[in-house]
Amino acid sequence: MSDGVFGLFRRKRDEAPLDARVFDLLCLTAAVVLVLHATHLPPWLDAALIAVLALRWWQRRRKPGRAPIYLKLPLVVLLAATVIFHYGNIFGREPGSALAVGLLVLKLLETETARDAKVTVAFACFTLMAALLSDQGMVATFVVALGLLPAIATLRALQPARLPISLPRELLPALGLLAAALPLSLLAFVLVPRLESPLWGAPPSGQARTGLSDGMSPGDFVDLLTDDHPALRASFDQGPPVPAERYFRAYVMWQYDGRRWSTLPTGRQPVPVEYRDSITYRIALEPTNQRTLPALDVPLSAPARAILDSDHAISSLKPVQDQLTYEVRSALSYRLQSKLDDVTRRRALQLPAGFNPRAQELAGQWRRTFVERDDLIVKAALALFHDGGFSYTLAPAPLGRDAVDDFLFATHEGFCEHYASAFTVLMRAAGVPARVVTGYQGGYWNKLGQYLLVRQSDAHAWSEVWLDGRGWVRVDPTAAVRPERVSLGAAAAAAASAGQSEWKGAAWLRDLRNRWDVVNHWWSEGVIGFDALRQRGLLTPFGVRNTDTTTLSVLLAASSVAFALLGLLWALWRRRDEDPLRAALRTLERKLAKAGVARRSGEGPQHYLQRAARALPGQRAQLDPLMRSYLDLRYAHQTPPPEPLRRFRRAVRDFRPRHVVK
Amino acid sequence: MAMGVADTYRRFQQWAERRLPALTRYRRPENLPIELHRRRIYIVPSGLGAAFGVLLVVMLAGALNYANNSALLLTCLLAASCSASMLVAFRALDGLRLSAIQAGHAIAGERLTLQLHVDAGVRLRQAIRVDMDGQTHAFAVRAHQQFAVEVSLQTEQRGWQTLPRIQLWTSWPLGLFRAWSWLYPDMAVLVWPRPEAGGPPPRSPTDDPTHQRLHHGDDLASLRDYRAGDPQRRIAWKASARHEGLLVKDFEQPRPRLEWRLDWRDLKHLDSESRISRLARWLGEAEARGVPSSLWLPGEEIGHGAGPAHYARCMNALAKLP
Repeated sequence: MSDGVFGLFRRKRDEAPLDARVFDLLCLTAAVVLVLHATHLPPWLDAALIAVLALRWWQRRRKPGRAPIYLKLPLVVLLAATVIFHYGNIFGREPGSALAVGLLVLKLLETETARDAKVTVAFACFTLMAALLSDQGMVATFVVALGLLPAIATLRALQPARLPISLPRELLPALGLLAAALPLSLLAFVLVPRLESPLWGAPPSGQARTGLSDGMSPGDFVDLLTDDHPALRASFDQGPPVPAERYFRAYVMWQYDGRRWSTLPTGRQPVPVEYRDSITYRIALEPTNQRTLPALDVPLSAPARAILDSDHAISSLKPVQDQLTYEVRSALSYRLQSKLDDVTRRRALQLPAGFNPRAQELAGQWRRTFVERDDLIVKAALALFHDGGFSYTLAPAPLGRDAVDDFLFATHEGFCEHYASAFTVLMRAAGVPARVVTGYQGGYWNKLGQYLLVRQSDAHAWSEVWLDGRGWVRVDPTAAVRPERVSLGAAAAAAASAGQSEWKGAAWLRDLRNRWDVVNHWWSEGVIGFDALRQRGLLTPFGVRNTDTTTLSVLLAASSVAFALLGLLWALWRRRDEDPLRAALRTLERKLAKAGVARRSGEGPQHYLQRAARALPGQRAQLDPLMRSYLDLRYAHQTPPPEPLRRFRRAVRDFRPRHVVK
Repeated sequence: MAMGVADTYRRFQQWAERRLPALTRYRRPENLPIELHRRRIYIVPSGLGAAFGVLLVVMLAGALNYANNSALLLTCLLAASCSASMLVAFRALDGLRLSAIQAGHAIAGERLTLQLHVDAGVRLRQAIRVDMDGQTHAFAVRAHQQFAVEVSLQTEQRGWQTLPRIQLWTSWPLGLFRAWSWLYPDMAVLVWPRPEAGGPPPRSPTDDPTHQRLHHGDDLASLRDYRAGDPQRRIAWKASARHEGLLVKDFEQPRPRLEWRLDWRDLKHLDSESRISRLARWLGEAEARGVPSSLWLPGEEIGHGAGPAHYARCMNALAKLP
């Protein structure tokens, strides 16, 4: 690049140029912000911003000067245009973050003075926080907090007359400052009153997440079953339910169109349920972008800001954008809706006309054989899956138009959704009210953290049939084929079916990851899940039932004052005077001052002690030797010899001035 | 009633002066050394600090609104760091000692250089700034060391000039807070008189017969051995009698001596300030040419001498004249 191009970058004549070190630190700050945002910005924007940053850094090393307006303005317009083009609008978390990061980098183009640098640092701090809007994880938070280091170091580098230090060592004092600030910040974090409801609407997140949805068609679950991300973590007060009872209900699907199962609009009134005993537990749900809150079969009530629908599925009032912790009560043995009304029965028997003739025929056969015994029909279907040569695989052969017929009579292979779908179709064809339920099943019990870790790969589909006198009964046809699915998990079941064994080789890795997850669990329980509700219970151990905002504010103020006092103690603490002789003389001065002979400013020690001896004639015998030995120690030696010094200090310590009686 | 208010105000002022002497600016001049301590260090947020406060409030509102606890934690961390920097600012000044002030010389109307000797005390001090007479100087000083800050002071007229108030301040470490302390050392600097721009030269020494050290012939300087050719009348007969050889009286050689005798009394036709500025010019010229000079002033007489010390002594004497 010729110097002619650098000629475009001009500096105003009267401004003090920014130190090269400050600019390096600024570039580092912007680079750190960019890296922290890199994962959720489009890659081309990452690349472009890195290029702009690198070019600017290189340009300023060669020749300081700010970019001209006809270079800056088009870049800003281009940035806004590309963000709008990519995200559709400019508001919301994702486009907002992208815009902020872009503006930060572009701001560097015109950063030439100390004032510019300060503005840039403040903006960088704000942009750093924006990185946490998309990921609240422990590692992310930790890394973002470390991202403050170059920002703080930049502010420090702006100060004049510093001792020169190397660039990496600039970060150390900032680290020390953060470490010193940590106790106060943790306290403030716990005590800052949380909002019960947001002041303004949270912008919707446009990010697509894998997870369960309100529909199910063959093959939908394949992505899910191979996704090892945590879906939820459930903590139980009285130990976990046995593996066979770990069914988390998410969606209840009624409608079948021959290919796809889907939910129907449901009533607000939950159907009656009879149960003996219930368990209460807490679920920390990872963001799903959906409303549904999974809960153990069958939930009895909904947590705050959520409703329990007539099928006993819980749905939140708002899509779950951030990790959400909620407490639910469920009954594990229950009788759900013992009376079935006609409308519901019709819905539970709905089948599309003209599909799966062979399955219908088989179901008709069963009905004729078992007449009124619905439970025997269920048994017959399960026996078919168990003994009919069916296998469990995550890569089944594709199915044609009559999907259930193809599956039942031709391919004989599939996973939970195939079995649940085929079973439910068979039941409906036989006249047994049935529906499909999706959710999660299984999970890993983390002993250390005392919680159940459920991953996306634990997604599952099963059926519910309505039996007279027993209500809706859960039937898991997959378990008939592969009991491992229920006891071990989808991957285990698939591998066992295929006769593979490599998943066992990776078992230790899986185990390690499951154990490590306890740290994430603690983070999500202790930090992310610390909401207004938990904050109100903060002082329960101290007998305060409901810690309201006023109490919290008072506590916050009081503890801030306490910390301020601690800080003041530190600030006021001074190292002891390192000269023992001067310290001893000061002690003597203090004692004499109490007796009424204070040292005048500018008065030498000899004059002062002589005056003291005149003022306290009764103690001349002590004061004169003290004066002589002080003068000797101070002026006859380069450093006072230790033994006479000790004697002098002892004499000062033993000296007791007596007030003169006038 | 008015008396009551005035009285209350006066008492408030006295109280404030007693409690917050450095802030109220009524502090009396004080002796060196001056050590900064908590009673005289004041801290307020700087402009950047205020801006950061606004930023923190915005971040807090955002974090609370989106119930994003990680962001809240980050905000708390940043806020606590900012507060901690206030204490660091205080510590940067606490224990700092102005131990001595060394004043240079300047003639009236020029800037006088002062060296402020600052003791660091037990810790390293960086980015400490001295404000005096409208100028700011920044310096750093290592622990247990002393640093001499050079500041300059605009002088007005000859004579003693008291030092203005000095502000020691810092925005260390992050520039978010400004900590300062006012110092009012009880010290005055001597400003030399301004020499007149031009005028007559001093009376030539040769004009003055009393100051011509010619050969008078009878000023005995020493005795020495006789050398052939010495005139007989120079032989010291009495001394020679007590000696083995003849001794000759050696007389002082006549030397043309150039020296200026500057006298207040010679300038009777001028007023006092004009006399001072003329004498100052003459002293300056003598110093520049290396000519020895002596100075007679009412109340002070300075004998012959040359060199910077002599010049300074003479100028000081001139500066101190009433």
